[in-house]
Amino acid sequence: MNTELLKERWRRNWYKFSRNPLSILGLAVVLSIIVIAIFADFFAPYPEHAFVFVDFKNAKSPPSWQHLCGTDMAGRDILSRIFFGFRYSLVMAVSVLSVATPPGVLLGLIAGYMRDTWVDTAIMRVADVFLSVPSMVLALAVCSMLEPTLYNAMLAVTVMWWPWYTRLVYGAASSIKNEYFVQAAEVTGASTFHILFGEIFPNCLSTIFTKMTLDVGWVILIGSTLSFVGLGAQPPTPDLGTMVSDGSKYIPAQWWISLFPALFIVVIILGFNLLGDGVRDMLAGD
Amino acid sequence: MNIKKYVAYRLVSSFFVLFGLSLLIFSLSRLVPGDPARLALGPMAPQWAVDKLRAQLHLDEPVYIQYIYWVTNVFRGDLGQSLVTRRGVFNDILEFFPATFELVIFSVILSTSLAIILGVTSGKYANSLWDNIVRVISYIGIAIPSFVWAIMSVFIFGYVLRWFPTLGRLSSGVVMPPKVTGLLLIDSLIAGKLDVFRDAFYHMILPGTSLVISRLAQEARITRASVVENLHKDYIMAARSFGIPEKTITLRYLLKPSLIPTVAVMGMDIAGSMGGSFIVETIFNWPGLGRYGMSAMLSNDINAIVGVVMLIGVFFAFMNILVDLITAYLDPRIMMKLRGS
Repeated sequence: MNTELLKERWRRNWYKFSRNPLSILGLAVVLSIIVIAIFADFFAPYPEHAFVFVDFKNAKSPPSWQHLCGTDMAGRDILSRIFFGFRYSLVMAVSVLSVATPPGVLLGLIAGYMRDTWVDTAIMRVADVFLSVPSMVLALAVCSMLEPTLYNAMLAVTVMWWPWYTRLVYGAASSIKNEYFVQAAEVTGASTFHILFGEIFPNCLSTIFTKMTLDVGWVILIGSTLSFVGLGAQPPTPDLGTMVSDGSKYIPAQWWISLFPALFIVVIILGFNLLGDGVRDMLAGD
Repeated sequence: MNIKKYVAYRLVSSFFVLFGLSLLIFSLSRLVPGDPARLALGPMAPQWAVDKLRAQLHLDEPVYIQYIYWVTNVFRGDLGQSLVTRRGVFNDILEFFPATFELVIFSVILSTSLAIILGVTSGKYANSLWDNIVRVISYIGIAIPSFVWAIMSVFIFGYVLRWFPTLGRLSSGVVMPPKVTGLLLIDSLIAGKLDVFRDAFYHMILPGTSLVISRLAQEARITRASVVENLHKDYIMAARSFGIPEKTITLRYLLKPSLIPTVAVMGMDIAGSMGGSFIVETIFNWPGLGRYGMSAMLSNDINAIVGVVMLIGVFFAFMNILVDLITAYLDPRIMMKLRGS
């Protein structure tokens, strides 16, 4: 593909994406969160407050110009901790999706291509088992059986995430396998490996990519829920879910301790959802 | 395939899926590091007592033998003993399930009906001011995790505005109606106590909305999209050209086909509520299966965890079949597919 064509495609995609102001808003929110998360030391007003820090004199002080979101029970600046919390939310989303997607996609490709064989049945029934309880329940159960750490929380979410990709790709692959170009490859004696990854997989890419962008918000939601109940990141890690849960004991008198982290969870998820919708509209019908 | 055969087929395949689920969750629970017997008795218990409990629970045998013990007991209605409450898990679940069932059904009815109202009104008047307000609300609603909404609503509606109670199923001092179904709303009506009914209803508002806030927003969007799609179909135009009043068109002709996608996702809705109930019930101190399951998980009570997850699997499977039947009832095309071929 020559560069001119590639440029043209990008231009068209950007036009489709930017037609909706909400997508632009989502992109802006997501980019700011990523930048803040990477340079949290720089943006946070009190970077030393992020982990272990005690200043009881300033504990539980309400929002003010010194502490825009107030301080928590140990006197730590809440806004600084929120900025560091972005890191953990993003790390959660990136690791879960990058670990859960490849096996999910691979199994979906195989099952879809070998539709109506025992391979299809075996893979899809196993996926059904994982989908037979609400994903939150499964994540909580798996998480509770492991040591409560951020990594185990990620593991638990990964365990419940892959079947969704298997199902998605299964649907796509089993319809693509009947297309002429796949049949042509079969007739010319192409290997199964080539058909799966050279013919079918590239045509599933936009579906997979769309789902991944839409899923970022969900993963962050589930991850923050796990740490909210104490099965994820442990104190003093500045995790947004943990912060909400710690602060909830001080409601209603010191409402800011949990409400600001809660608000920022909503902002992150909202940003990724808007971006995801934009990406979906951009790739739809392409 | 007729309806009866279809239901039978679904029941059988659910049975196999649940069998798989039991294998998964059981083996996971037995592979956990740490000794459940030691956990149950506490660090001060003498070693011989721990060994005795281990033997009693068959924990010193291979996992597959333990599973066989467990399955044979399940068919006798025995899910083992909770390591924390020291009572049968099955009895515990029976005691806690009605509260969760009531909350989940309440929240699903609430979200579906609200979503239909919001979706139909905004779809009917697409791109109006109201439509845009609903759109913004639903974008934000989708992004709110249930625990965030729970905490925020406790603060706003519970403490600042003081509209709704924030803990439990009934105010202290209100006498429980005699137990018939275990569902307080129904039991209080049977007992003829309207004040208890009101109290129970008020207690359900905050946890109920927390369970469904994000699903509600999504469903409103699904309903809107389907109303907009159906609004431009020929049969609506034909109805208009006959001079049928707009209200009749909406209620009689537009509503039913537009609801199919909304009803079809009700299964997901129930799943979401069930999953959310673990967190929401803990926050609102709701004496249901979610709170029971959550505390079992936090104390590593393996028999209770396996029992709760299995029960939710069974409940979820039945609800999915039910939802599919309702969808088939609403959508003659699906019904024909079931009847024909």
